Amino acid sequence: MQFPKYFTFWQKVGMHSLRLTAWAVLAFLMIPILVIVPLSFNAEPYFTFTAGMLSLDSDAYSLKWYAEIINDDKWMLAIKNSFFIGLCATAIATVLGTLAAIGLSNPVMPFQRLIMAMLLSPMIVPLIITAAGMYFFYTQLGLSGSYLGIIIAHAALGTPFVIITVNAALSGFDYSLMRASLGLGATPGYTFFNVIMPLIRPGVISGALFAFVTSFDEVVVILFLAGPEQRTIPRQMFSGLREQINPTILAVAVLLVVLSALMLLTIEYLRARAEKIRTGEI
Amino acid sequence: MTDTSTTGQAPSSDDQYVRFINVKKSYDQHNLVVKDFNLDARKGEFVTLLGPSGSGKTTCLMMLAGFEDVTSGSILINGEPVNNIAPYHRNIGMVFQHYALFPHMTISENLAYPLKVRKKSADEVKRRVKESLALVELADFGKRYPGQLSGGQKQRVALARSLIFEPSIVLMDEPLGALDKNLREQMQFEIKRLHEDLGFTAIYVTHDQTEALTMSDRIAVFNDGIVEQCAAPEELYERPANSFVADFIGENNRIPGTVARIEGGRAQISLADGSSATTLNPNCPQPGEPCMLTIRPENLFIAGDTLRDNCIEASFTTRLYVGDSIRYFFKMSSGAELMVKALNDSQAPVLTPGALTRLTWDLADGLALDRAI
Ligand SMILES: Nc1ncnc2c1ncn2[C@@H]1O[C@H](COP(=O)(O)OP(=O)(O)O)[C@@H](O)[C@H]1O
Ligand SMILES: [Mg+2]
Repeated sequence: MQFPKYFTFWQKVGMHSLRLTAWAVLAFLMIPILVIVPLSFNAEPYFTFTAGMLSLDSDAYSLKWYAEIINDDKWMLAIKNSFFIGLCATAIATVLGTLAAIGLSNPVMPFQRLIMAMLLSPMIVPLIITAAGMYFFYTQLGLSGSYLGIIIAHAALGTPFVIITVNAALSGFDYSLMRASLGLGATPGYTFFNVIMPLIRPGVISGALFAFVTSFDEVVVILFLAGPEQRTIPRQMFSGLREQINPTILAVAVLLVVLSALMLLTIEYLRARAEKIRTGEI
Repeated sequence: MTDTSTTGQAPSSDDQYVRFINVKKSYDQHNLVVKDFNLDARKGEFVTLLGPSGSGKTTCLMMLAGFEDVTSGSILINGEPVNNIAPYHRNIGMVFQHYALFPHMTISENLAYPLKVRKKSADEVKRRVKESLALVELADFGKRYPGQLSGGQKQRVALARSLIFEPSIVLMDEPLGALDKNLREQMQFEIKRLHEDLGFTAIYVTHDQTEALTMSDRIAVFNDGIVEQCAAPEELYERPANSFVADFIGENNRIPGTVARIEGGRAQISLADGSSATTLNPNCPQPGEPCMLTIRPENLFIAGDTLRDNCIEASFTTRLYVGDSIRYFFKMSSGAELMVKALNDSQAPVLTPGALTRLTWDLADGLALDRAI
């Protein structure tokens, strides 16, 4: 490691321990996630490393827990439910959140802050409270135990993320572009799809991804609202932990980690792209 | 304030192609930011709205373009009221200070935008984009993005885009405000050329008086929501209606005084230091009222052997060497400060600081104006 010449001995010690601490924190965050990867290939139905695994014996590893997922109707239903509910909720959250962010960013909109705070509240209020409220309210409307109810609930939870990301995208938006477009003869609708949308699209997409992830790993609302028909992956893992302790859960978890990583990469790519559009060097 | 009446006959619709009639605008229902604005622009005329920042120029343009409501009064284009026409149906070209080019479209796509909106055929779009690029001398830049152009190039594209759909009116809101001085002069020339070639009616907004004087057929001088004077550049410069205009357009010496007498076409002014001066009387206040005597620095001379019509005394303070000219600064005993702009030639006098000097000017070069400011 290269330090400036004027560093004293104790400054060097300080720098080394700073780096050490940083690595330790990173390890603390990552190890629980990484450790499940090899465990999910365990040939034995245990959550521990067997002697064979530690000596890298290929017989100690197997794909059987992954096969288990595919062969188990409960897991397949949970996966289907998760994607179906997630995608529907994301679609609703994205449309509503984008429109809300655009409306709220208009300077003539009254009570902007108040409305914004209300729309963001599902993100801030403890989930258990939102879920309990939804449970009582939706039961009255006959929506509990139905796909529609869960989709609406998840859409409400995902909308704040879309509002935030689209709002951020709009903060760099030059409103004279809108006037320029109208002045050139384009209707407000044409302007929306050809000028506003392309420029805020990265914000919309990353908002949508956040909304999807929110729905995808949400379990509290599901516990309150879902019947056995609507079990999602997290719900299935939750009961799996108590009922059938075996590494199938770990295999599912690994798949989820991979999915999350892909989404993170997508968001990062979009963010970099948005930056480029803004500075005009696409 | 309008000068269409000078022809004596009823104005045709070409003389009143764009009309603002008693237009008022308030953003908050309390304060008027535009107070009773009237303007008639001829077809093909280049009219400039000139005024300090915050005086309501942009607001007037935005009302004409349809982006702001008119609080009261009406705006007519070619005899038709436009108050109820949406901005995207007004067919007015507009150039913004910060270009407002679409950053995600290439230059060609930016230029094609208004044509595509109008559902022109692909062939026509292609042909006209090409012509338009040639018009602003950017033929090789069609495939670039706005982020890859310099400020001057961007503004040329913005100009081309505002003209490509052949609007009969083009609005420009401080289009050269973000450019440096050399580029600005070049672009002024370019805009004038396009205006003369294409014959659109231009409404141009600026706070730069030089720009207004060099480019315009007529200038409306704005101050705090009202038009102080609307006239051709020469008239504004030589016969300002009041001391605001006299001061805003070009440099001026200002000597406070009182109107003593008005006789024939002349006004006698008594100045604070006890001397007096005679001026012609256009726009002069009534006798007994305070006034502001204004003389342009290039019309005030350091007296040699011959005196002109008026003469006052002031002590020399300092001089500023500008290059082609020299500025001499004086102070009258009443406290008024004066400046003389003299050509830097062999006749340029040498003065010692504190020297009492006689300054002189022609009758026609002094104006006695109201003392509003
Ligand atoms: N959208 C707006 N809302 C409220 N006040 C505004 C708005 N736009 C302009 N103003 C006010 O109106 C006045 C005139 O503004 P503007 O027309 O932009 O002046 P100029 O273009 O001459 O600088 C200013 O005092 C400004 O603060
Ligand atoms: Mg302005």
